[in-house]
Amino acid sequence: MTASAETNQSPAILMRGIDKSFGSVRANRAASLEVLRGEIHALVGENGAGKSTLMRILGGLQKPDAGTLEVNGKDVTGWTTSDAIAAGIGVVHQHFMLVPTLTVAENIVLGQEPKKGVRFDYAWAVAEVETLSKETGLVVRADQKVSELSVGEAQRVEILKTLFRGAKILVLDEPTAVLSPPEVRDLWVVLRRLRDAGGTIVLITHRLDEVIEISDVITVMRAGETVTRLETGKTTPAEIAKAMVGRDVALAARQAAGLTDAGDAGDAAQHMGAHTSADAASALSVTDLVVMGSRGTREVDGVTFSIRPGEILGLAGVEGNGQTELIEALAGLRAVESGSIRIGSRDVTYDNVGQRRDAGLSHIPEDRHRRGLILDYSVADNLVLGRQREFASRGMLDGARIAANAQTQIEAFDIRPPSSSLPARSLSGGNQQKVVVAREMGREFTVLLASQPTRGVDVGAIEFIHSRIREARAAGKAILLVSAELNEVLALADRIAVMYRGRFVTVMPAADASEDVLGEYMIGSKKDAA
Amino acid sequence: MTSRFRTQLEEALFPPIIALLIALVCGDLLIMSYGQSPATVYRLLLEGTWGNAYGFGQVLYKATTLAFTGLAVSLGIRAGLFNVGAEGQLAAGGFAAAFVGLHLTSAVPWLIAIPLCMMGAAVGGGIVGAVPGYLRVKFGAHEVIVTIMLNFIVLALLNWLIANHIHVEETLHTPEIGAGAIPRLDAFMPAFHGSAANLSMVVAAITALAGWYYLFRSRRGFELRAVGLQPDAAEYGGVSVRGVWFRALTLSGAIAGLGGINYVLGYKHYYEDGLAGGAGFLGIAVALVGRNHPLGVIIAALFFATLSQGGLAIHAFVPKQMVEVLQGVVILAVAMSVPEVRRVLRLGRKPVTA
Repeated sequence: MTASAETNQSPAILMRGIDKSFGSVRANRAASLEVLRGEIHALVGENGAGKSTLMRILGGLQKPDAGTLEVNGKDVTGWTTSDAIAAGIGVVHQHFMLVPTLTVAENIVLGQEPKKGVRFDYAWAVAEVETLSKETGLVVRADQKVSELSVGEAQRVEILKTLFRGAKILVLDEPTAVLSPPEVRDLWVVLRRLRDAGGTIVLITHRLDEVIEISDVITVMRAGETVTRLETGKTTPAEIAKAMVGRDVALAARQAAGLTDAGDAGDAAQHMGAHTSADAASALSVTDLVVMGSRGTREVDGVTFSIRPGEILGLAGVEGNGQTELIEALAGLRAVESGSIRIGSRDVTYDNVGQRRDAGLSHIPEDRHRRGLILDYSVADNLVLGRQREFASRGMLDGARIAANAQTQIEAFDIRPPSSSLPARSLSGGNQQKVVVAREMGREFTVLLASQPTRGVDVGAIEFIHSRIREARAAGKAILLVSAELNEVLALADRIAVMYRGRFVTVMPAADASEDVLGEYMIGSKKDAA
Repeated sequence: MTSRFRTQLEEALFPPIIALLIALVCGDLLIMSYGQSPATVYRLLLEGTWGNAYGFGQVLYKATTLAFTGLAVSLGIRAGLFNVGAEGQLAAGGFAAAFVGLHLTSAVPWLIAIPLCMMGAAVGGGIVGAVPGYLRVKFGAHEVIVTIMLNFIVLALLNWLIANHIHVEETLHTPEIGAGAIPRLDAFMPAFHGSAANLSMVVAAITALAGWYYLFRSRRGFELRAVGLQPDAAEYGGVSVRGVWFRALTLSGAIAGLGGINYVLGYKHYYEDGLAGGAGFLGIAVALVGRNHPLGVIIAALFFATLSQGGLAIHAFVPKQMVEVLQGVVILAVAMSVPEVRRVLRLGRKPVTA
């Protein structure tokens, strides 16, 4: 029953060369995973790194395009969900799958209800659940309605449900995202107990402090590939962070290009010099901002900063630490809980999107397919989205001015193909992003929120967008740049802030920053006194 | 600009034409199963509708109401909302028009009386449309549920009003209106004698034109379509999504309500229980077949009106219900080809690529 006695046997999970594509998106490319019996294995990586897809293949929800999956030494590639459950694999999803009107016991036995004759033996179900609850330390009240549970309790029910079905390999998808710190500690106790009883646990997360605390072995994924496999005892947070956000060849080339641009660098230096003398006038200032997330958690937890004209403040951080909520609150898309936001001298804390635009705010949103573009609208119409009032007189849109604006922007931002009547959907990702950039930067503005401005675009478009951002800085605009690419932040920003769990843990001049320095702040192993 | 118009036109016309072809094939099979020749039956159907003035007049009359309800439903769909309440809104509009008309005397000139009654119809339908709009905005109540339920409430309420308060003895209709009647077509074209066709169809055509202008040329239309396509992007573009929802459902109700004038002001000159007669529900099919484009809606309204009137003409050869089956086939065929419906059914989804 001890872990050492089982290490000689075949691994609990062995995945090799897994490829999986959805349309033209490659979620997994030659990904691999090896999990031994009786270990807590952390699967880490940023959003979109392919962790969930890999686990869906393990759980039988997806079939791999290529590669093999072995469980306990048996090749089970391409199995179904029912095969996976029968083989003892239990997946606890991020979004709970419980019936709120049923009790805890009813939910746990659902699908395998104990029968007394033809009747459902509820008393027996309660007894079973209570026994299981005692054995595992997962404290629940068997006769309570699920709708009355806290998220932490609901999660315990989910885990009990998989254990009741005989799960020996437990997969937990971002289990701590919804938990409070004491609930997280309780969960760790349970997971250790399950492991010591011979269970195998795979934990998907991107919070590195948790990984260090709970896991035995770590597998790092990035862009669909397995980057490395580390033993937790023999690694450091910095090493894991580097593996997670590490650079690739294209990125290195991009940064080199940025640095050889001597003219821009000179400009920047000149502007930075200017601020120190006239430091008072901030283009954007944010004070003690608190923003709640969709789940009622404090996603932005008291953030204060300001950006001067002609300055780029880079915001680094592992995704999911409040950057999205911060940008949405600044743009007027999410309500502010407390604190204030000023553009120039104007307080815009409670202004709507349109009023903030009028105050000089431009916003390149992180998701162009959801927010930034209306994919079925023409390029010309997309180029006036958010400015429709400007392009209308007496309630009627001015087609001639919209067309003229489109012509100007298409030329200025080199949008291809240069046709204003095509739907935005038909453009390539890079050109779609250029439409967004053209709209937001091809107008009068003083403050630019640039969120993941080069995500998913080709290298040529990246260069183009970067040089536009530098030009805007030279023209005296204040820019808040949020990027998952550390190199992008390092190449463009004058100052860099790191966000961790809703707070700015440091703000430093870009000259003092490097991947290693930022990495430690990003994973929360270091923070400056606020 | 011309090529853009052409693609718009293709988008508007292509699915209905395919649907028509599918319906024709299914219709052939159905007719043959009754031992009749499809050619004969279709000839009769056309002769009884487009082939003589009376039949054509009836088609125009039926198409007018369907155009209003079709436009109403399509406006909602453009905003991403499914208004299933056109039936109740149509009845409420008809009743309101009659109610206004009853309080006017024949001394009131038509130039004042007709607009007053029309306004009454639009307001009546608009109020019924505003209720789901308000509930959606305020409490997040789903408009489909609310509009379906409101149909029962409104129709029962009107039935109660007619049966217990404002009716002519022994009937289920109101007295005749004092003023506000819209002239029938046979007043200037005697050939249409006996058909219910009246100048309400001009109002329908103007409404369609205004609807097109609103949707594709006005700022509010730009915002409304944006909300319908991508609410998150609309919100990002400074559009009040809730405002658009409320406005769209109210306007949709008003247009459906305006449809009530066809019967009340143009045909019978009184409100009668059961006036809507399913035209509100058929408006959903009209909107879908018409691809939610005002021009398409007009064509689809004519098409469904032809089927409905044609059903009477071929009664001797095949059961009238066959035409209803055909309508069902058309709706299903269009449902498969209309992007809006496909999106709902999650078919033919293009993967979003970076």
